[in-house]
Amino acid sequence: MTDFLTLSLAEITARLKAREISATEVATVALDAAEASQGALNAFTAFDRSRTLAMAKASDDRLAKGAGGLLEGAPIAVKDLFAVEGVPTTACSHILDGFKPPYESTVTSKLWAEGGVFLGKTNMDEFAMGSSNETSYYGNVINPWRAKGSEAKLTPGGSSGGSAAAVAAHLCYGATGTDTGGSIRQPAAFTGTVGVKATYGRASRWGAVAFASSLDHPGPFAKTVKDAAILMQAMSGHDPKESTSLPLDVPDFVAAAAASVKGKRIGVPKEYRMDGMPAEIETLWQQGVDWLKAAGCEIVDVSLPHTKYALPTYYIINPAEASSNLARYDGMRYGLRVEGQDLTETYEKTRGEGFGHEVQRRILMGTYVLSAGYYDAYYLKALKVRRRILEDFDQAFAQCDALLTPSTPSAAFELGSKSADPISMYLNDIFTVTANIAGVPAMSVPAGLDASGLPLGLQVITPALDEATMFSVGAALEDAAGFSHKPEKWW
Amino acid sequence: MSDHSYVLQGTTGDWEIVVGMEVHAQVASRSKLFSGSATEYGAEPNTQVSLVDAAMPGMLPVINAYCVEQAVRTGLGLNAQINKYSRFDRKNYFYPDLPQGYQISQFQYPIVGEGEIECERDDGSLFTVGIERLHLEQDAGKSIHDLDPNATYVDLNRSGVALMEIVSRPHIRTPDEAAAYMKTLRTIVRYLGTCGGDMEKGQMRADVNVSICRPGQYEKFRADGDFKHLGTRCEIKNVNSMRFIQQAIEYEARRQIDLVEEGGTVQQQTRLFDANKGVTRSMRSKEEAHDYRYFPCPDLLPLEIPQARIDEIKAELPELPADKRKRFVNELGLSEYDASVLAADKDRADYFEVVAAGHDAKIAANWVNNELFGRLNKEDLGITESPVSADQLGKLVDLISTDVISGKIAKDVFEILWDEGGDPAEIVEKRGLKQVTDTGAIESVVDQLISDNPDQVASIEKNPRALGWFVGQVMKAMQGKANPKAVNDILRQKLGL
Repeated sequence: MTDFLTLSLAEITARLKAREISATEVATVALDAAEASQGALNAFTAFDRSRTLAMAKASDDRLAKGAGGLLEGAPIAVKDLFAVEGVPTTACSHILDGFKPPYESTVTSKLWAEGGVFLGKTNMDEFAMGSSNETSYYGNVINPWRAKGSEAKLTPGGSSGGSAAAVAAHLCYGATGTDTGGSIRQPAAFTGTVGVKATYGRASRWGAVAFASSLDHPGPFAKTVKDAAILMQAMSGHDPKESTSLPLDVPDFVAAAAASVKGKRIGVPKEYRMDGMPAEIETLWQQGVDWLKAAGCEIVDVSLPHTKYALPTYYIINPAEASSNLARYDGMRYGLRVEGQDLTETYEKTRGEGFGHEVQRRILMGTYVLSAGYYDAYYLKALKVRRRILEDFDQAFAQCDALLTPSTPSAAFELGSKSADPISMYLNDIFTVTANIAGVPAMSVPAGLDASGLPLGLQVITPALDEATMFSVGAALEDAAGFSHKPEKWW
Repeated sequence: MSDHSYVLQGTTGDWEIVVGMEVHAQVASRSKLFSGSATEYGAEPNTQVSLVDAAMPGMLPVINAYCVEQAVRTGLGLNAQINKYSRFDRKNYFYPDLPQGYQISQFQYPIVGEGEIECERDDGSLFTVGIERLHLEQDAGKSIHDLDPNATYVDLNRSGVALMEIVSRPHIRTPDEAAAYMKTLRTIVRYLGTCGGDMEKGQMRADVNVSICRPGQYEKFRADGDFKHLGTRCEIKNVNSMRFIQQAIEYEARRQIDLVEEGGTVQQQTRLFDANKGVTRSMRSKEEAHDYRYFPCPDLLPLEIPQARIDEIKAELPELPADKRKRFVNELGLSEYDASVLAADKDRADYFEVVAAGHDAKIAANWVNNELFGRLNKEDLGITESPVSADQLGKLVDLISTDVISGKIAKDVFEILWDEGGDPAEIVEKRGLKQVTDTGAIESVVDQLISDNPDQVASIEKNPRALGWFVGQVMKAMQGKANPKAVNDILRQKLGL
């Protein structure tokens, strides 16, 4: 009797509200399923059964009184980047070994305030640096999806791979992620789930381990566009503890997800038609265009001329900020400390052993681009290009209400196939980084399967603050695609 | 300038010095620059530390608006330009007392731009020092190396406390001027209430940049602004007293001169002043200097201050010492010296203004500066701890200026006020200290004195200055209560002077 795990968030909360099922039962079944999946999927890094059951019990009490929030009683998984009070929060890095924050992140606080039940911490690339979940100190996550007739282990994408896998495998009703260059949308595309990041500043970064502050966007993974809207609604809002938080009321995303797209102008950016892009991706993209046209949208060709500079720009700003953000992991106050003969050696040993290779690579790159003599040529130049990319979006959005692009240049790839080549790994973010650079809302919606039966996603990007259009266009794609595929359970 | 020049003789000729200072002034604020932690001095170690100050993962800074206003206030007090747009940058380096691994500071766009202040030398002459900028930044924690031979302890109470770094132009030419500049800055920030100015508590400390040059070179620098006319500078870090500032400059100037005259060259470096030995020591050379990798702090928005708010702050500014000094001279008729002594400290000036209100300002100044300060100094008390209130002293001044008591009696009344308190008029009344202005009574004493001392009368015809002896005798006979002017007048008349 675990069928209810495959329900959507909207469906399970309706049943909970109707008291057809108890939050305690849902939480118990979800916990058991999640724990049972660990050996195969490795999607989680920590559970706290007593907390989960206590939260579920509290939900049942509220539901019994006819009260309850948007997520009342639904188990939600949390990317290990978000502080959950008293639960190990390590960003999947050895350097944060044993760190249990004495505080709760704003995003998770908001989810619990809406009745969400904490299910567990999910696995991720170390400090969110990666696109395949292979840089996690706790080993990689395995995608619940497999290619037809193959048992090869596929990546769930990254960095929020654990959250994506947990939602795709129906172990929870939603999960938090963070998207710095595509870390929600790419794994969503790879796992047939919906992944959203809203406008920069819509969801608070407070209490989420910082990676690249100006690019980090918290957001949800969900089974449907409507669920994603509910989760985004729950986690959004002004946070006085964060200076870059938007001091604005949150629009009704859930209503937007049900709104018509008739008459919306959909921009198709020509620069996203890349050389060597698989035909399947091209076909899917065209399919998306046709679906939206059929739904009453007007299709507009637009140009984002600086797109080709987006990835290099991203790989300057991102490591620059990361190199500074990660300076606090010095072995002095929390986490790992490896003693040396003197202070310098203690720093070297702690950071040498505590950080994995990809993290070290970013710190080195970031330190380099900020160094005296290189700052102007790299960092300052990158900031100028960032400005141009923003202007690209401004100009494009003068002609259209939303952009439609593929989410990723391919479906999920085999674990190990790209980990030796950072550049080919970085290219995974080619369609997603621009939205982080510009801070505009973007989402990935599952739109079909490739020839080997693996999910592919389409991306919707809208102007800053217009998540409403993003959700309505996303819902229109979802309707048209009728994507109901689920990974065959093998775990 | 030549009157105050500081020329050092070397074996190859004369040298002068050029000094610029970076003063770190702790913003007077109950909470830190980017967190709500308390800033009180002397708390137990690590008791005033928030999650932000300890740089826990995911913690973010939020600017303390009060600290920003304090910086604006200080900038206005330095007659400086307030930048409506400023920005915070990260200054990256590793040290255990810097939890974030970076200090949030303002590098490219400081909140306050150019200004200048008028400073006063010990002899009362004035000189002007240009201010290059003032920026806000957070302090680091404190490393304590002497608790344990094998370990360093870290106290994060100071971590995140707001500092204003005030950078001067190299317009300081002598060790005395450096101290005078520091004193002036301290007076200004104390007047404004933007910094406590207590150097012993680390509320103000200075990085002192010293270079040497040949006579005439500085004037060329001032003419075209080109630093090539000046010598290479060395920066002496964290000097924390006026006396040490002077000593450090004197030592450093001589060191550079000796070095250059022996054929060496001054290397740009950071030095430390060893107060015990009175010397400066190299801390790190230019090659070893940190590359701080400044970049805009992505956790904070640029700081934008509306002109209207700047105008409001300006309108609320208290009168500053230079203006106060001028007013004391021009409106109250005080001497430059008295005005300057009183204006140099806000508490003193405030006290004086109460004493002078509605009373004779010159007598008031005289009493505050001499009797009161003398007595306070003797007892090692501050003006705010004075047992005699400004109101009491004002009443005493009134009794003097209306000839109710003489200055001499007033001193006795002052002692009574100091020891026992009370109302000056009542004390005078009760103890019968009122001065005798009844000329008949004085005349009879004078007549008696003249008839008793024919020799003295004879000598005074040759030496009119001997009048003092007669005055003294009359006062003695009348227990000091006679009006000195009346005594003088009557004596002169009777002695035919």
